[in-house]
Amino acid sequence: MSITVSNISKSYKTVKALQHISFNVKEGELFGLIGPDGAGKTTLFRILTTLLIADEGTATVTGFEVVSEYKQIRNSVGYMPGKFSLYQDLTVEENLEFFATIFGTTIEENYDLIKDIYVQIAPFKDRRAGKLSGGMKQKLALCCALIHKPKVLFLDEPTTGVDPVSRKEFWEMLKRLQQKGITILVSTPYMDEAALCDRIALIQDGKILEIDTPNAIIKHYPKQIYNVRANNMYQLITSLNAYEHSHSVYPFGEYVHYTDKRTDFSPEDLLRYLESRKLSEIEIEKTQTTIEDTFMELAK
Amino acid sequence: MSNDHVIKVEGLTKMFGDFTAVNAITFEVEKGEIFGFLGANGAGKTTAMKMLIGISTPTSGKANVAGFDVFTNAEDIKKNIGYMSQKFALYDDLTVKENITFFGGIYGLSRKEIKEKSAVLIEELELEKAANKLVGSLPLGWKQKLSFSVSLLHDPKIVFLDEPTGGVDPITRRQFWEMIYKAANQGTTVFVTTHYMDEAEYCDRVSIMVNGTIEALDTPKKLKERFKTDTMNDVFLKLARG
Repeated sequence: MSITVSNISKSYKTVKALQHISFNVKEGELFGLIGPDGAGKTTLFRILTTLLIADEGTATVTGFEVVSEYKQIRNSVGYMPGKFSLYQDLTVEENLEFFATIFGTTIEENYDLIKDIYVQIAPFKDRRAGKLSGGMKQKLALCCALIHKPKVLFLDEPTTGVDPVSRKEFWEMLKRLQQKGITILVSTPYMDEAALCDRIALIQDGKILEIDTPNAIIKHYPKQIYNVRANNMYQLITSLNAYEHSHSVYPFGEYVHYTDKRTDFSPEDLLRYLESRKLSEIEIEKTQTTIEDTFMELAK
Repeated sequence: MSNDHVIKVEGLTKMFGDFTAVNAITFEVEKGEIFGFLGANGAGKTTAMKMLIGISTPTSGKANVAGFDVFTNAEDIKKNIGYMSQKFALYDDLTVKENITFFGGIYGLSRKEIKEKSAVLIEELELEKAANKLVGSLPLGWKQKLSFSVSLLHDPKIVFLDEPTGGVDPITRRQFWEMIYKAANQGTTVFVTTHYMDEAEYCDRVSIMVNGTIEALDTPKKLKERFKTDTMNDVFLKLARG
């Protein structure tokens, strides 16, 4: 196991940031922590990167214990915090050199690992980090987290606030790093990124809702979901919420994802009901479950 | 201007020196429409939105927002629109009630109006118990919902939402969208920018900006048909990656 987390809890005054969290990450795995702001993702990252001590529980990273063997962990992991944490007044190259030196290595020694990413920011190597665009900062931060060839990479919300194009490129980079044998623990509030991980933990309010592969999590969903649409979205939502048999009603893009309490649900009944509520252009059809549906059902 | 178009933009351009941030964009937004305004980082979204809300003067072109011209009546635009962004929402060091009173005052509401609106708003959001708590102590999702309600205090014709739901849990996000649908249903036009492509699918129509120009503008359904994909994310990738 590359990371083991056993019964970890952490509170800040009255806030229970993490409550009895346990999970393992295998060597070479791309593991995702999926959850909204305030779920406890960053607290967990800080505990695993030895920057914070848990109130209870134990954890190991690359075989070392996070409290007693923190020095060994610091040498063998890379950490990219959610907030941009490089030196804004140093240039791209200076930042990279700084982090290489701190870890007793050189850019040349591990250039292989960062090459794909670094070539994209190399044209700006003399620019100060503070003057880079969001996407560039993210790439530089990743290079700095990789420069000492870590066994485990911790990425706390690397794609938050990043546009879809850069997000896609970033995930492609992660896949390449994984192929080089690096274990990756990544957190994200974007449910659609969950599908790109080998396994995921859904986390909210300091508790893990479920851990499994993305496919297995979707399969565990207990109900058939229907896509429903009509001429007026707001009246559709209000009507579905008022329907006595409704189990869940969630807007989902152009549709509403609807589930029914009954096991013998017939779409015709629902159609007649919606027509009686003066809605028109009604469509009701089966649809596939997404991670987000599962998350909402578990968090309910 | 037709009565149904609350935003009418024609050849709107903004240059910074030699750099054309927004290049002759043209579009219209109808009353009560939920209009998604998308684009990659640096595509010119923010610059375009700043012109529409009256805080940046265009270099050339025409734009009429809520019945007022962006060149000559920028101050009137500000009074007739609501604005909410994730970065700046409410004052953390003021209570829920104090925030409502403060923004109500800014928007020129009378004390009586503020009192009435504040009571309705707190009840609708089920914030009775938190009314005298500091906004800073509220969960992010509550803040966002409160912030949206506050931006509607003065019954604006249009509300501009700048990436309103980043980081919010999925259930709260949906409650937020239900509020948006409600506002639109009551005739308020909603102009929203977002990085969540799935969120783009909630909009009646979306425009996608690439390098300062609007490269696509249609309903999510038609855009997906046109680009032969199942998601707005793929539409976006095809457009922005070329």
